[in-house]
Amino acid sequence: MKFHAQVEVTHLPGVLDPQGATVERALPALGYTNVHDVRIGKSIRLTVEAPDAVAAAAQVDEMCRRLLANPVIEAFTVEVVAAEPAAP
Amino acid sequence: MSARVGVVVFPGTNCEHDVVRGVEVLGGRADLVWHGDRALDGFDAVVVPGGFAHGDYLRTGAIARFSPVMEAVQRFAAAGGPVVGICNGFQILTEAGLLPGALQKNAGLKFRCETVACRVVTDRSALTRGVSTGTVLDLPINHFEGNYTCDPETLARLRDLDQIVLRYVENPNGSLDDIASVSNEAGNVVGLMPHPERAAEAILGPADGAVLLRALLATAGASARSGDNG
Repeated sequence: MKFHAQVEVTHLPGVLDPQGATVERALPALGYTNVHDVRIGKSIRLTVEAPDAVAAAAQVDEMCRRLLANPVIEAFTVEVVAAEPAAP
Repeated sequence: MSARVGVVVFPGTNCEHDVVRGVEVLGGRADLVWHGDRALDGFDAVVVPGGFAHGDYLRTGAIARFSPVMEAVQRFAAAGGPVVGICNGFQILTEAGLLPGALQKNAGLKFRCETVACRVVTDRSALTRGVSTGTVLDLPINHFEGNYTCDPETLARLRDLDQIVLRYVENPNGSLDDIASVSNEAGNVVGLMPHPERAAEAILGPADGAVLLRALLATAGASARSGDNG
């Protein structure tokens, strides 16, 4: 079965995010003076074939730990949805 | 016999010839090693030079770690051979797990290209053996992602085990604890953001990089004589 996975990679809390900080400093120039906590990360989408959603999520989780994210400075979340409705 | 240095070349590496030149000017021998090669036989030291290996896609150094040559670098390092990663090479060695921590984007998102003063913190690393602790060297930097970081436990360990090799006198990039260079526990694997090969002879301006490269060649020559590297 095919599953779409959506991976979000962000800086670990406490790790400096210079891109987020720079954007946060730029927004007030446009009048948005009420914005805080801007964090910039990466979004990765991929399709995997796996027996079920749990297996797909476990495999993508492993990919994140081994390559897609650097656990020293980055956190990640994985969301998996079936690419096609299961057969009735 | 002069020490022989293997200089690893990935697609996107761009400082390999500078390293070869720096080594040869100081009396060593250097040969390029393609990233697809699987052996580092006959070398007394390995340098992973700067550039943009594999385009720095995903993260700096993230893809280079999977090149076939990196298994040979891992074996060489595990056998005690001196391995030095310069700039992008430092990033690659952290991604490969050969060095602790990570390099992230410079504080303030500034690309820094200038000569900076660095203080030698230890004389037990492959790159600083025989160099007096406290020596200040003027070294060129040229990077966007040289902001060293690690968790507090790792930083404590780096300090306790004398693994901080160089500190910036004035921090140019936001690096934790002003760190410009760290080593592994044994001291034979070293990563640094400054480019010693760009300051290896007087015609290039400050020649303080020669101090580090000379120390590396001496370390390499010593380990070659004792035959203790893979």
